[in-house]
Formats: sequence, structure tokens, C-alpha cells
Amino acid sequence: MKNIKVLGPGCPKCKTTYNNVLEAVKQMGIEADVTKIEDIEEMMKYNVLTTPVLMIDEVAKVKGRIADVKEIKELLSK
Amino acid sequence: MFNWLQNFADWLIYSVFGISSETHLGEALNFFVNDTLKIFLLLFVITIVMGIVNSYFPVDKVRNFLSRKKMYGLEYLFASSFGVITPFCSCSSVPLFIGFVKGGIPLGITFTYLITAPLVNEVAIAIFAGAFGFKVTALYVGTGIVLGIIGGFTLGKLKLEKHLSPWVQGIIANAQTEEELLEEKLTLWQRFPSILKEAFNIVKGVAIYIIIGIAIGGMMHGFLPTGFFEHYINKGQWYAVPLAVIMGVPMYSNAAGVIPVIQVLVAKGVPLGTAIAFMMGVIGLSLPEAMLLKKVMNWKLIAVYFGTIAFFMIVSGYLFNIIL
Repeated sequence: MKNIKVLGPGCPKCKTTYNNVLEAVKQMGIEADVTKIEDIEEMMKYNVLTTPVLMIDEVAKVKGRIADVKEIKELLSK
Repeated sequence: MFNWLQNFADWLIYSVFGISSETHLGEALNFFVNDTLKIFLLLFVITIVMGIVNSYFPVDKVRNFLSRKKMYGLEYLFASSFGVITPFCSCSSVPLFIGFVKGGIPLGITFTYLITAPLVNEVAIAIFAGAFGFKVTALYVGTGIVLGIIGGFTLGKLKLEKHLSPWVQGIIANAQTEEELLEEKLTLWQRFPSILKEAFNIVKGVAIYIIIGIAIGGMMHGFLPTGFFEHYINKGQWYAVPLAVIMGVPMYSNAAGVIPVIQVLVAKGVPLGTAIAFMMGVIGLSLPEAMLLKKVMNWKLIAVYFGTIAFFMIVSGYLFNIIL
């Protein structure tokens, strides 16, 4: 099972990324644990500088920009 | 450089549509076509160029560079210049702030970066260049960099650390130079598709505001007489500049649309310094950012931070009104 985290303080870009992740997971029909981290203190443990950040299995894959559904699917299928 | 666009707009409106250049409508439409093409063309070129620079020099590297080197004051200049080339969204301001102080970067330099990054961004540069030409754009960028340096330096001297949230102070106490970055070794050719996509996303995100802005600008350009605003807003009113900065703050989300309108205001008699001060307020100060910063500092520090930036924006407004 994939562990997916979206880090971002609740800005529109972060919400879009989160929704794209849900959509990608749904389209692929895989099981995934998707969490949204909005708390700054929690977020800083991951050492991020720009948001949103998309993390798959604890590795930051996309930083500071929106990842679209297609891109997330590609990242998840690796 | 953009004469061909003007020729195209003239040809399209006056010859193809057959609307006379003597009419208000003709003038308004001509302005709209010319400005839209020019601004979008510049927007694509500049976002792509910035995307390439940023792909090789992301903010993580900026942070490591600033935290490792001792540069005897030059670090302010570097922090401010980096603010220009890295993209910035106000929602990143807090993680960025923490990330910087965590890397041992002094508060003043962190502030310098935080002032310049939103103030001078690729969208603003492109629209400025399209609306006002390269000379005024250079002036704006230069002022943004200097403002970041002076603002950050001033804030750094005020010893504001005690106004940071306790957990942030804890981070500063344990600050350390960051670990090595995992660098992706990609050729420009491999990077290009995602740079292009990101540039396209940026342009898409602001397109509607720009078009509305140019449409409003076009109407005013066509229908208002030259010098129309001179009577209401002129260099003689001392309060115009501070008022312009303050009025700009709530308009943050429409920054892309505001510049084309201001271009026309200037053409119709509003002093350029007052206009630049207004646009700095629009682009560089935002209420959402203030709300986010509340998580890392108290209201007093936020007020000092915004007050300092606003003060220097007002000073630059006066300065431009005097020298231009």
C-alpha cells in the first residue's frame, strides 16, 4: 500500500494537489493511505521550503507546484 | 521591438474590422489587441526563462548558499536577487521562513528574501514590461531589490527575535547548516517539458485577470481624455502616495489585472511614482500572507514587518515622483 502525503497550509494550490491525488488513486484503483498535512510545525519536520509538497512513501516527489492527475499516476506506478 | 504588434493591431482593427482610428471604440479595441498580445507573449517568454533558471537554481539551493557563506553584507544583495529569480506563492512564505531560520540564516536576510520574492516575480515583470516598457520595468525590479535589502537590513537591526513564536525560537536555537541536497542530473531537454507545463499553468492562472484588466484599461484608454486624472491625482498631493500603497493591499489577488489598468491611469495623467507605489502595495503586501505569518510571529512583529515594507514603498513612490 502506498503512503501518500500532501503538505501545504491550505492554499488553493495545495487543495488542488490533494484532490488530484484522490482522483489519481481512484482512477488507478489502488489502495493508498492519503493524508493532508496542514499544520506548520508538523510540516517543518519534513524540511520543506515551498508548498505544496507531494510525498510518496516518505519521499518528496513534487515540490512547490501543483502535480496533475496524470503525473501523480506516473509517480505512483513506479 | 513591438512595432510589429502595433502594426498588426492597427491592421486588424482599422482595416479588417473597418473601425476608424478616430473613434473611441477603435482606439479602445486597438489598445486591447495590442496589449493582450504583447503581455501574453512576454508572459510566456519570461515564465519559461524564469522556469529554466529556477530548475537549475531552486530555493533549496538558495537557502544552502545563504546559510553556508559569510559574505560581509553582500548576503543581503544575494538574498534580494534570489528573491527575483525564485517563484513565490504567499502560501509558501511560512515554510520558507522556517526553512531559512532553521538553516541559520539571520532574520534580516530572511526578511530581505521574503520582501523581494513576492514583490518582483515573473508575472509582474512580464506585465510591467508589456504595459510600461523595459525602462520602467528595470526601475521597478531595481527598486524591488533595493527595497528588500533596506527593509530586511532595517528589520534585522531591530532585534525582533523575541516576537517570534516560541517554537520558532526553539528552531533558531538549534539552527544548523543544511545537509546535502539530492540533485537531479537532468539535461535541459529533459527538464523542458515540465518547465513548459509549469509556465503554461502560471499563464493560465492569471490569464483571466489580465484580460479583464486590459479590457478595463482599453475602455479607459479609448473613452477618457488625456490628462483626465491630472486634476484628481497629481504630484502636489502629499497624501496620494501613502494612500495608494494602502489601497493596494486588499487588491492582492488581482495583481495581474491591476497593472494594465494602471498603465492607462499613468497615460491619462496619474504620476508614475504614485502608480508604482500603488502597484507595489498590490503585489508586495497581502493580507493572506499576514494571516499565515501569524503562525510564526506575533501581531506586533507582523505589524512592524508590513509597516517597514509599506514605509519604504511610500519613500520610493515619493522618490520617483521627484526624479521622473
